[in-house]
Amino acid sequence: MFGSIDPQLLLASLMVAATPIMLAAIGELVVERAGVLNLGVEGMMITGSVIGFIAAIKTGNPWIGFAAAALGGAALSLLFGVLTQFLLSNQVATGLALTLFGLGLAALLGQGYLGVKAPVFPDWHIPLLGDIPIIGPIVFQHDPMVYLGLGIVAGVWWFLKKSRAGLVLRAVGENHEAAHALGYNVIRVRMLAIMFGGACAGLGGAYLSIVRVPTYAAGLTAEMGWIALAIVVFAGWKPGRLLLGAYLFGGVTALQLNLQAAGLSLLDVLTIVALVAAVVVVSVGFIQNRAFTAKMLWWAASLCIAAAFFSFYKWLGWVFNETLWLSSSPYIATIFVLVIMSSGGAPGSLGKSFHASR
Amino acid sequence: MLRRTLLASAAAATFVGTSLGAQDVTKVGFVYVGPVGDGGWTYEHNQGRLAVEAEFGDAVETVFVESVPEGPDAERVMTQMALEGADLIFTTSFGYMDPTINVAAQFPDVRFEHATGYKQADNVSVYSARFYEGRAVQGHIAGQITESNVIGYIASFPIPEVIRGINSAYLHAKEVNPDVEFKIIWAYTWFDPAKEAEAANVLIEQGADVILQHTDSTAPQAAAQAAGNVYTFGQASDMSEFGPMPRVSSIIDDWAPYYIARTQAVMDGTWESTSTWDGIGAGMVGIGEISDAIPAEVKASAEDMVARLASGEYHAFTGPINKQDGSAWLAEGETAQDYTDDGLAGMNFYVEGLTGEIPQ
Repeated sequence: MFGSIDPQLLLASLMVAATPIMLAAIGELVVERAGVLNLGVEGMMITGSVIGFIAAIKTGNPWIGFAAAALGGAALSLLFGVLTQFLLSNQVATGLALTLFGLGLAALLGQGYLGVKAPVFPDWHIPLLGDIPIIGPIVFQHDPMVYLGLGIVAGVWWFLKKSRAGLVLRAVGENHEAAHALGYNVIRVRMLAIMFGGACAGLGGAYLSIVRVPTYAAGLTAEMGWIALAIVVFAGWKPGRLLLGAYLFGGVTALQLNLQAAGLSLLDVLTIVALVAAVVVVSVGFIQNRAFTAKMLWWAASLCIAAAFFSFYKWLGWVFNETLWLSSSPYIATIFVLVIMSSGGAPGSLGKSFHASR
Repeated sequence: MLRRTLLASAAAATFVGTSLGAQDVTKVGFVYVGPVGDGGWTYEHNQGRLAVEAEFGDAVETVFVESVPEGPDAERVMTQMALEGADLIFTTSFGYMDPTINVAAQFPDVRFEHATGYKQADNVSVYSARFYEGRAVQGHIAGQITESNVIGYIASFPIPEVIRGINSAYLHAKEVNPDVEFKIIWAYTWFDPAKEAEAANVLIEQGADVILQHTDSTAPQAAAQAAGNVYTFGQASDMSEFGPMPRVSSIIDDWAPYYIARTQAVMDGTWESTSTWDGIGAGMVGIGEISDAIPAEVKASAEDMVARLASGEYHAFTGPINKQDGSAWLAEGETAQDYTDDGLAGMNFYVEGLTGEIPQ
């Protein structure tokens, strides 16, 4: 059924593929929750990728590379912070400029490092957990940055949801005038959030150049920063959904390449997935309710109709470029999500400048 | 009165002087699809540009714009170059074909040179290299060194140039190893290191131990190196920093002689719209040194093939060859034509034995 695809390796590569986008997106999520729209993610990512790479090459230690990348990303975002928070420049324009600046800076810094190989960054084989059959190789045998990324997402979730400081940050993002009236230092909170966002974007970029690719080339991030921005919206500014979004985007890339290499037809796969889902819906529903409810039969029927549609389309033999459809599917999903929850979710003061005198 | 005339003539002389000076300098523009630091395709075009500068010194001025998307943006960049006084513009990617033709129609006095396309005009030449000759050598080596009999191929866009490369590599791998199987991934990009690395990893996970690439970055080389025991070939540029393993050989594009000759033609006023398609023999396609990581006899037979391709004694598409659907393409001993129906220039089919379909 899977052809030459090893589902275990596919799921494992999904976790790795999602990591750089996840890191950049979780940083931007915090920035946006503080009411700042920083469109410079791409620029901070690529700067982080080259600074991290250079530091890793110079010292031979990937960890120092990651630390340097985080610092570099934060330093670049500081520029954005000073311009938008103290000099009150337009956030959208400044963010776009930051992307252009970052791309140029990275190309300049990277001059002498093209085609150089990164030092080895070994995978962790977590004892005990890594030995669990099937789940071990999928979840517990990656490099440490994968877990650091997950840790940051969990930390951000806890921070925003459970901590007092997170509450202040959200207040600043929802209504900066009110937060200011309560005596919170809006600018300071926002500067810290912006720097956190820059550091995370830098880490995401460095993950590409040190682990994922692992070499530096100009234009390495290839628009990944924009995907990270889309994921923040897709996730409705919630860390849990952001994780889902990152895995969706990363997973679609991995799946698409795997299907191609195995020579499988996407339409066949969709047909099978829909039929299996129909069976699962009916059987799980029956076990839970001890009866066939109308709702669950309706779901099963829709899935069967979808399966019939896919196989009918295939039978017609019409042109269907699976690669392009799969590549665009995360964006289509983002548009759907945006339409469905159009007005909800965005922090109230997002993108607005704040000055205490007003 | 005298003084005024003197001043006027001095001003006129200065004016003539500067305008003559401006005419003396030939301005050459280059439009690149990737960054000059890609280590592959665009890197080599930029080497060609630097060679033009070195050859003519102050007599030329070159300008370039990198990472130009293949679409309306390309037209904007070319128009800008033409407006700024470029005499000759090289547009170096297949997807610039229609933009080049459109812009060239608006600037009849500017000469354009479009790489790898097939649409010519009075002021648009086309030029390309017979990369498929290099692919034949790669297939010949790959078929012999693979142990899993699975060869991965990272393709870019489904255009004739890429399809020719796949067919040529497959035919020559099959010739030396009848059990060989090709797994092809269409990346739909010329340059995206992360996606290229991803594609290489997927191919390796699915059993490939030789990776051929038609994308421009060194990322697949790095991915293969990290995996160990996987062979690769440099693409467009030597990529020798990844030798002797995983990179065991390479196709090197050498555009410098062509760029110098065409710039010279513009200077001499002898430029004409031409169609150039040169291979190993003319030096436009170079085969990077075959490393010692592969057996000596494989290396020797590959070098022999390079010599035979260069001399024209052997054509990379020599019959009998069938198409994927089993119908005959070339009869015994027949070699492929360039521009006929079913010719090389517009190749849009797989040869027999390849699995999967070319995406539409």
